[in-house]
Amino acid sequence: MSKRIGIEVSIAVADAVGLCDVDVVAAYPITPQTHIVEHLSELVADGHLNAEFVPVESEHSAMSACIGSAAAGARTFTSTCSQGYALMSELCYIASALRLPIVMAVANRAISAPINIWNDHADLMYARDTGWIQLIAENGQEAVDLSIAAFRIAEDKKILLPVQVNLDGFTLSHFIEPLTMPEQADVKKFLPAYKPALRLDPDKPVTFGPVGMPDIYTEARKAQDENLKASKPIIQEIFNGFAKQFGRQYKLVETYKTEDAETIIVGMGSIAQTAMTAIDGMRAQGKKVGMARVRVFRPFPAKELIDAIKGAKNLVLLDRVTAFAGGEVSGPVALEIKSALYDRKLTPKVGNFLVGLGGRDITIQNFEEMVERVASAKDGELPAYEFINVRE
Amino acid sequence: MTSAELTALAAIGEGKYGQAFPSFGPERRGAPVMAFVRVSETPIVTREKVYEPNIVVVLDPTLLKIVNVEAGLKKGGIVILNTSKSAEQIRKETGIKAKLAIVDASKIAMETMRVPITNTTMLGAIVKASGVIGLKGLDEPINHRFGPIAQKNINACTRAFEETKVVEG
Repeated sequence: MSKRIGIEVSIAVADAVGLCDVDVVAAYPITPQTHIVEHLSELVADGHLNAEFVPVESEHSAMSACIGSAAAGARTFTSTCSQGYALMSELCYIASALRLPIVMAVANRAISAPINIWNDHADLMYARDTGWIQLIAENGQEAVDLSIAAFRIAEDKKILLPVQVNLDGFTLSHFIEPLTMPEQADVKKFLPAYKPALRLDPDKPVTFGPVGMPDIYTEARKAQDENLKASKPIIQEIFNGFAKQFGRQYKLVETYKTEDAETIIVGMGSIAQTAMTAIDGMRAQGKKVGMARVRVFRPFPAKELIDAIKGAKNLVLLDRVTAFAGGEVSGPVALEIKSALYDRKLTPKVGNFLVGLGGRDITIQNFEEMVERVASAKDGELPAYEFINVRE
Repeated sequence: MTSAELTALAAIGEGKYGQAFPSFGPERRGAPVMAFVRVSETPIVTREKVYEPNIVVVLDPTLLKIVNVEAGLKKGGIVILNTSKSAEQIRKETGIKAKLAIVDASKIAMETMRVPITNTTMLGAIVKASGVIGLKGLDEPINHRFGPIAQKNINACTRAFEETKVVEG
């Protein structure tokens, strides 16, 4: 029987990675990811996890080691965030282009300057175009479950792409909360041993990552894009398989009270929890508010999201990053959604809010204010985006 | 943070829902820090900080001079203090009007564990003053956290439970 326990989410994520029987962990510590890596190092040192822990000298080296390890056919995990992600990002493009099923937990944190160790989605968005699959957790249970599902997704023969599991730094990584740890035997059933299709092997030499001249680069890029496109329904199938094994169902887009909602909030990550509590309060006052939560940001589930929000008159779109685009276009999450709305000739009233930057708390009252702001705005009154909670 | 964490773990161990988190500063031993706990019979679906607590626990008595610990406290809320002073003295010096629970946790910690660390000691006061968790429920998380020195911590906690005075506001 899997047991309900109280645990810090970072520790639970490390335990979940341990349950996946990884072969190699190569990582460099950075706040607020530290506890994940420290605990994995403990698991290996104490003999609970039969893996190679490579204490590299930087994040650039971490991803380099992961690429080598995954190319050699080992199940490989790393974790980072923020500046650490920035330093390793060069290699992240290579990991996806080489089709290496590396799993990386990102304890989402703002990017400097000013120096800030707290949570927002700057690193998640920094990773947007690297060709990785991006999963997003809202609570500790999801961080654990998605860490396990991530290996299955990454290693699926039809996908073979690296996967990021995003969990909000501090507001998820450092929370003590109740969750159910899966049993090793169930994880084994869900996640069979990794058998690479191709690997670096001195006896059967292959080349990974040769030069791509102009006559082949476009084809290589298209092939990689086709692959990411094809991954979307498979990710959902794997989520369904996860539900069969563990009883918890995940979807590409999760909804909350959207059926009759006039105003729908769209967001990602742990702030969705506070938002849902705010929605309960607004519903009690007779306001028809709901929420759509993006569980998978890459590949972007535009169809599923539009299906969830198409009935709404008003949209409150949340971005947790400053998009320096000059003020006339929206933040990155809102951009995707507006583009998908345009393609379907849908024209709800849209407000895009930049919230929770660098650890700024997002309160129930903030959600009430954003919903009211969009609901009461006249046509054309709302800017491309606006900051909230700003002291001026 | 330790007492917040143990309170949440005890609540979860009792089958309730618990949530604990630090104030997310660069934490150093001895620096003023805040930590938050929620305990509930139903799932806790929020991650905002606690702005209107039912209970405020102050581990370091010197903070009373620089922080208004009663700020945001809900009507009928409790302030739980580690202090060697009497409730009357505290009310006179700080102007705190709320229900008070006081215990000389520093003294208990020194006598029981020979360290001036009051995290586990103050748990006894939290149990006595609030009843959100039971004294027994703390054994498992304290044992898990402190291993060979757990019993000393449990002793300090139990003694604080016995010595905590609750004074209505």
